[in-house]
Amino acid sequence: MLRRRYLTTRNVTTIGLALSLALFAAGCKKKVPAPPPPPPPVVKEVPVAPKPAAPTVAVFTAEPTSIQRGQSATLRWEVTGNVTGVSIDQAVGTVQNTGNRRVSPSDSTTYTLTATGPGGSTTASATVNVSAPPPPPPPPPPPAAKTLVDRLMDVQDAFFDYDKTDIRSDARDTLNRDAAALKSILGDFPGAKIVIEGHCDERGSAEYNLGLGDRRASSAMEFLQGLGVPADRLKTISYGKERPQCTEQNETCFQKNRRVHFAPGQ
Amino acid sequence: MKRLIGVGLVMAGTLGALMAQDAQITVSKNGYQTPNVAIPDFRGTGDAQKFMAAFNETLSGDVKASGQVKLVPKTSMPLFIPQQPSDFQTPPPVPARGGRPQNYMPTTGGGHWMQDWSAPEVAANYLAFGYTAPQADVLVLQGWLYDLSKGNPANAQLIAKRYLGTVDEAGARKIAHEFAADIIAIFGGQSLYGSHIYFTSTRTGHKEIWVMDPDGKNQKQLTRFNSISTFATLSPDGSKLAFTSWAKGQPAIFIFSVDPVRDLRFYNQAASVNQAGSFTPDGKQIVYASSAGTGCCRIFIANLDGTGFRSISSSSSIEVEPKVNPKTGRDIVFTSGRSGPHQIYRMGMDGSDLERLTPGTGEASNASWHPDGQHIAFAWTQGYATGAFNIFTMNVATKEYVQLTHGDGKNENPTWAPDGVHIVFAKTRGGSPQIYTKLADGTQLQQLTSAGQNENPVWGK
Repeated sequence: MLRRRYLTTRNVTTIGLALSLALFAAGCKKKVPAPPPPPPPVVKEVPVAPKPAAPTVAVFTAEPTSIQRGQSATLRWEVTGNVTGVSIDQAVGTVQNTGNRRVSPSDSTTYTLTATGPGGSTTASATVNVSAPPPPPPPPPPPAAKTLVDRLMDVQDAFFDYDKTDIRSDARDTLNRDAAALKSILGDFPGAKIVIEGHCDERGSAEYNLGLGDRRASSAMEFLQGLGVPADRLKTISYGKERPQCTEQNETCFQKNRRVHFAPGQ
Repeated sequence: MKRLIGVGLVMAGTLGALMAQDAQITVSKNGYQTPNVAIPDFRGTGDAQKFMAAFNETLSGDVKASGQVKLVPKTSMPLFIPQQPSDFQTPPPVPARGGRPQNYMPTTGGGHWMQDWSAPEVAANYLAFGYTAPQADVLVLQGWLYDLSKGNPANAQLIAKRYLGTVDEAGARKIAHEFAADIIAIFGGQSLYGSHIYFTSTRTGHKEIWVMDPDGKNQKQLTRFNSISTFATLSPDGSKLAFTSWAKGQPAIFIFSVDPVRDLRFYNQAASVNQAGSFTPDGKQIVYASSAGTGCCRIFIANLDGTGFRSISSSSSIEVEPKVNPKTGRDIVFTSGRSGPHQIYRMGMDGSDLERLTPGTGEASNASWHPDGQHIAFAWTQGYATGAFNIFTMNVATKEYVQLTHGDGKNENPTWAPDGVHIVFAKTRGGSPQIYTKLADGTQLQQLTSAGQNENPVWGK
C-alpha cells in the first residue's frame, strides 16, 4: 500500500534523494562531506514592450433568435476596447461600436461582427433562425348542414288578437323577418314546402276555431306572398284549438296559442 | 216556407204570455204527479246471484235516469221482499162496523201485503219485483210491475214477463235494461238502452272517436288514425258516422259505417278545411262547412260519397256546424260570425230566410236539434266570461231560451238523446273535459267518462 503510493513521480524523486542521502551517510560514515554544487548563474530577462489588446465584443446578440419568414429580429452589439471599425456581414455593413439593427432574413442566417482595432480583430457571431410561416389556419369547418326543421325553428310565430285574423303591427314585423328567412330556406331546400299552421286559444268553440285558425293561416300566407315568398311553396293547415302549446287558463297562455306557426310540409 | 214562418210569427205574438215556457222541455210525461216506484233488490237462484249486483244497479239506474218516476229509497222498504205474485197475502178483513175489535189483528204484513208498500212510510205507487234463475245456460228474469192503487194482486199487474240473457254480467245487465225499458214505457218514457253515445277521447294519446252505452258502459274505440279525429255526427238510422280528421294533413271529412267499422270513403272537395256537420233526415246527404272557394267557411251540401257538392251559404264570415232539422229536413241551424262574435243562425236548405236565433250577446255555438224539430240545445257564454259556455235550450220559433247549466266549469256540445228528454254534453272542470248526461230540466247530472279527456259527445241510435 505504501509502496504503491511511492509510485508517483514526485515521490520517486523524493525516494531517490532519500536513498542517496542514506547511501552517502552510510558510505561516508567516516569521510569529509563534498562541497555543495554551485548556485545557478543569474539570468537577466530582457523586458518586452506590451502588445495592444484587440477590441472586445461585449455583446452581439440576435433577438429573437428564431423568427418566421417575414418577421424581423434585432441584432444588438456592443464593442469595447481600442476599436477602429466595426462591421457586420450579410450586407449590414459598417456600424457604430454600439447599436442595433433590425434584420429580416428570408432564411436562417449567421451574422458575423468583426471589430477591428490596433490590437487586431475580434469576431463574434449571432444566428437568426428563420422558419417557414405556419400554414394558414384551416378555414373553420362549414357549419353542419342544418335540417329544414332546424332552420324553421328560427322562423318566429306571429300572434293575433282574440277572434281576429288581421295581421297586427307586431305580427307585421315578425312576418317581415320571417319572409326573409323563409325565402332563404326555400332557396336552400328546393324541394321543400312550408306549412303555415293556424292556431287559436281554448275559449271559442272548437268548431268555430277551426275556421278561425284557417283564416289566420291564410292571412299570414297572403302577407308573406306579398313579400315575395313563393305561393306554390306554402300551404296552410288549421289546427283550431286542437294543438295548444300552452294549456293554462290565463291571457299570457291564450296569447301564446293565438298564432301562426311554421312547419315543414311535404 | 215563408207562409209557415209567417204563421210562426203570428203564433209567437199571440202566445207571448206562454213564451217563457216554450223553451222548457217537459221531461215528465206524468204531469205534476211524478209516480213513486219501489224497486227492491232482486235476488237470483244459484249461479245467478253473483250477477245480481250488476242487475240491480242497471235496473234502478235506468228507471231513475228516465226522469219519468221517483224511486222509493230502499231503506224505507218493508223487510219482506216479494219475489213472485204468490208471495202476496191478503190482509184480514176489517171488522164490520160495531164489531168488537180483535186485539191480535196485525196492522202490517211486513211486506206481504200490497198495502205495506203503499203505506205512508214507503209511499210507493208502483212496485217492481221478481227474481232471476239460470235455466239451461240461460239467465231468466221473471219480472212484474204492480199498480199498488188497485188494492189486490189480481188486478194490479201491469207487467208480467220473462226476459232471457246469458249467464254472466253482460246478460244480467241486458235483462235489467229490457225490464227497465218496459217499466219506463208504462210511464210514457223511452228507454235509451240500445242507443249509443259517440265522443272524442284522448285516452290513447291521440284524439280518436269512441262509443259507449248511455250509462257509460262498454266504452270502445272506433278510429285508429293516431292523428286528430273529432266532431262526430250520426246518420239518422245510427248506421253511419261522419267526423273530421287530420289523418291526411288538412282537416277533412270521413264517413264510416258503425258496424262493422269501415271507411266509406267520402270524397272531400279541394279545401284547406272540410268539417263534418250533420246528415239530412233521409240519410242520403251530408251538410258540412268548407273553405272551398272563398276561405273558411261556407255551408255546403253533398251526397254521402262527396259528389254533387254545392254551397248553401254565401257569407264572407266563418260559418260552421250546420245541423239539418231532423223532423222536417227543411231548415238548418248553424254557427256564424257574420254579426261579430259567433251566434246561432237558422236558414232554409237553400240559404233563404236567414235569421239569427241568439240575440248577439256573448258567443253561441254547438246548436243541436231536439228530435221534435222545434227546439235546440246550444252552448252560450251569455252572462259569463269569454269561453265560459253553459248549456241552453231554445224554442226556435219564439227564440225563448232556458239555461240548463250554471257555471261549474265550461259546458259545451249538448246533443239530445233519442228520447228527447236527455242531453249529453262535455263539462270541463280543471282543464279536463268529461262527458255528462243530464235531463232537459237540468236535473240528474251523471258523469259517464273519466279516462283521459273526453269531449264532443253526440247521442245516436
